[in-house]
Amino acid sequence: MKILVAIKQVPDTATQMKLGADGKTIDPTGITWIVSPYDEFAVEEALRIKEKRGQGEVVAVSLGPDRVKEALRSCLAMGCDRAIHLNDPAWGAADTLMTARALAAVVKQEAPQLVLCGRQAIDDDMGALPAQLGELLGWPSAYWIMEEAVDADGKTVRVARQVEGGLEVFDLPLPAIVTAQKGLNEPRYPTLKGIMGAKKKELKDVKAADVGLAAEAPQLSITALEALPPRPPGRIIQGDLPTAVKELVRSLREDAKAI
Amino acid sequence: MPNAFWCIVEDDRAGLPKKVMAEVIGEATRLSGGAEAVWLTDKASDEGLKQLGEWGATRILLVESAGLAPYRAEVWVKVLADLAAPEAPRAIFGPVTSKQRELLARLAARLGVGLSADSVAFAMAGDTLTATRPVYAGKLLSKVAWAKTPCVATLRPNVFRPAEAQPGKTATVERPQTSLGDAFMKFVERREETSTGLPELTEAETVISGGRGMKGPENYVILEDMARVIGAAVGASRAAVDAGWRPHRFQIGQTGRTISPKLYLGFGVSGAIQHLAGMRTSKVIVAVNKDPEAPIFKIADYGIVGDLFEVVPALTQEFKRLLEK
Amino acid sequence: MRFTLTDEQQMIQAMAREFAESEIRPIAAEIDREARFPHETVKRMAELGLLGIIVPEAWGGSGGDTVSYVVALEEIARACASHAVVMAVNNSLYCWPVLTYGTDEQKERFLTPFAAGHQLGCFALTEPQAGSDATNQHTLAVRDGDAYVLNGKKQFVSTGREASAALVFCQTDVAKGSHGISAFLVEKSAPGLSVSKTEDKLGIRASDTAELVFEDCRVPAAQRLGEEGQGFRIALSTLDGGRIGIAAQAVGIARAAYERSIAYARERTSFGVPIGQHQMVQWMLADMATTIDGARLLTQRAAALKDAGAPHGAAAAMAKLFAAETAMKVTTDAIQVHGGYGYIKEYDVERYFRDAKITQIYEGTSQIQKLVIARHVLGERA
Repeated sequence: MKILVAIKQVPDTATQMKLGADGKTIDPTGITWIVSPYDEFAVEEALRIKEKRGQGEVVAVSLGPDRVKEALRSCLAMGCDRAIHLNDPAWGAADTLMTARALAAVVKQEAPQLVLCGRQAIDDDMGALPAQLGELLGWPSAYWIMEEAVDADGKTVRVARQVEGGLEVFDLPLPAIVTAQKGLNEPRYPTLKGIMGAKKKELKDVKAADVGLAAEAPQLSITALEALPPRPPGRIIQGDLPTAVKELVRSLREDAKAI
Repeated sequence: MPNAFWCIVEDDRAGLPKKVMAEVIGEATRLSGGAEAVWLTDKASDEGLKQLGEWGATRILLVESAGLAPYRAEVWVKVLADLAAPEAPRAIFGPVTSKQRELLARLAARLGVGLSADSVAFAMAGDTLTATRPVYAGKLLSKVAWAKTPCVATLRPNVFRPAEAQPGKTATVERPQTSLGDAFMKFVERREETSTGLPELTEAETVISGGRGMKGPENYVILEDMARVIGAAVGASRAAVDAGWRPHRFQIGQTGRTISPKLYLGFGVSGAIQHLAGMRTSKVIVAVNKDPEAPIFKIADYGIVGDLFEVVPALTQEFKRLLEK
Repeated sequence: MRFTLTDEQQMIQAMAREFAESEIRPIAAEIDREARFPHETVKRMAELGLLGIIVPEAWGGSGGDTVSYVVALEEIARACASHAVVMAVNNSLYCWPVLTYGTDEQKERFLTPFAAGHQLGCFALTEPQAGSDATNQHTLAVRDGDAYVLNGKKQFVSTGREASAALVFCQTDVAKGSHGISAFLVEKSAPGLSVSKTEDKLGIRASDTAELVFEDCRVPAAQRLGEEGQGFRIALSTLDGGRIGIAAQAVGIARAAYERSIAYARERTSFGVPIGQHQMVQWMLADMATTIDGARLLTQRAAALKDAGAPHGAAAAMAKLFAAETAMKVTTDAIQVHGGYGYIKEYDVERYFRDAKITQIYEGTSQIQKLVIARHVLGERA
């Protein structure tokens, strides 16, 4: 079974974010880039499916500038068989839909039976890509998956998706898109051997023209990026326990009107 | 109607719209002067239609069909796209729920328009709508604009001021003829979570959260006692979930649920960036931690430096006294 | 001259850091307190390929270089010095000499499972009367047909209890002194070999340090590593590489203490300001930052020389000397920065201080490193 995993390179959560000079982008200096955590769940699940079936191929795909190769290499180090880097200035201002179109074009070329994604990338937290990819391909997409099992003959995948108040279990005919929620698995660390072997694996650069796409304008564009307005300064309530607790409840009731 | 603001209804699967729809309709009404509700369901009710009208929906497009349940994106998205084509709404809004975050993404792709997910504010300047949405773990705010309409957006619950119900106000109800999309996914079963008897985390107006300072799973019972008194949901930090003290569905933060309650009370929560990402838009934040240097105090409106195992029972008693009055 | 790690080295560093942060650090204080050998996490280190980094894949290892080894080891030591010593001993004191001096038959049996980390190896040189003076070996190996019969006692053997094989240095020809020393690969299960005790230590308490006793222990001649009389040279060349590992361990311990001090200096206030605003604290932090950086550069340079096949004995000694002294000074100052909190077990700096001390002692004391360096600068090869 061929599985494609769509991943995104994002700033590490602990990185301090600074605004760029244009007021629309972030200042990339000093950022530690990582594979978005949910995407690691997706990579891990793809590798587990392959290992369980004893055969297959896992292809990691990502769209972005040159630095994205690092993220793809770490997917190769985890055990993906090869990687595709959608790397073209034409995708410089790509919104989710443009990214979905680019990925859909790759999926059509590669024809995997399963596409795995993380539930959302932790930079823009849009969480729309898997659904949009499904829509463009005419495939089912299953969101926020906590459990997943491909059947023995590789025709369907059974998923349990997290919804308010429970889990809904569905069978999806393959090909399909499955998005990983935390709890699906515990991603492995790349082994030293995996890391040493990653550079021998194929990492292919793909331009928009290679997948038959013409330049297009994004449907959603960022007009401004702003720092969070500061919260009004808080108050540490002093005093002995009974006094402090009474004062807290009074403040919540009378000042904040929160209770 | 052309240029209308559509609000895709989220219901309780028993014929009533969820309360979050008051927020969506409220915001759409503020932006446009009149919101329209689009309700796809297997089971509507007169009570539900009345509710939508009282919240300010001027018109309701109701598609009622057994085939709509259980929700499958591919079935629903065709209905919405077919309805939208002749109507040409200016905007299509829905609350962030497990269903709509997927549905509206698919709809935007089908219509070839932009999507602003998890929006926390909107502005209309002339005919142009812009949305504000938190990015980078809520550390920055991004303003986004659409290249063309309809502007599709999901709205974070508990952020927008809900419409006040106007008793007696009604909407015109239309039942357009549509055909459902073909279902790809086959429903197998629904596994209900064991009910805590407490509100859902993302829907609750008050959320109590316990972190590493809870010291173990057995101690969450004191938070649940407080939750029952004030009608709150109980969540946990990543540290507590990773330690196996609470199931993942209770995790608040970047790799868990994003919440925005009116009141957030954190006990023994240090306030790691991952956690803040999931709760920093809460309106009032209370933190109790024995470490005065805990980062959560930097964003808390009220803080008590102390042992949560002393503070929680005392606070529960005080809440009880207040609410019994 | 380049001061950047290669992509692979950076990925190995990142992997070791994440693994150490999430799986080793949380248990470090507890296993120190209980002096408990961390079997589970050592097994995880094996799975990740951390126990045979420098051994080629063909012999069960990861096929990495010495620079990768030291950057990974620093990350492990930063989380827990005990894990670091287990890793260092298996990699550089056991696998490296077997790889370098072993026959294919010996490697098959005594390297492949060890480089993969399925089994652990140890290095038995020190004797009760012979620490720094390693030429003074009393353990005897007497030839008897196609075997040697070993008698004697080895002391302070790191991983001596947990290991399944030991590289043992014995006198095969007393008359020849250090040229009469030979090295043997001995299975721990060999009749006549026993662990007589394990030490209760100041630091690196989760690693085991054992005494091995040989009583008429028959070792087939095929298990002699290298030629008869080559043992001392094997020991010295092994220690040249081993010292780079200990230097990395010391850098890791120092960095852990330094990072805690920085965090504490930012959050702890006295006289109305964070203590990091006080010049005397700044002084200590600046010294920490500078010496740790220097120690790391010396360590990575020694590793790079070794990878290049260049002489690295003096560079390794300098790295180990400077890194060990740095670790001791930094951990001492880290306690000072923390004040009373640094002296209690609730804060980790107290453990870093105890762990740092051993780096000035094992694989050649700081004084021995100075001797090695002095001989080198005076033009006398040690």
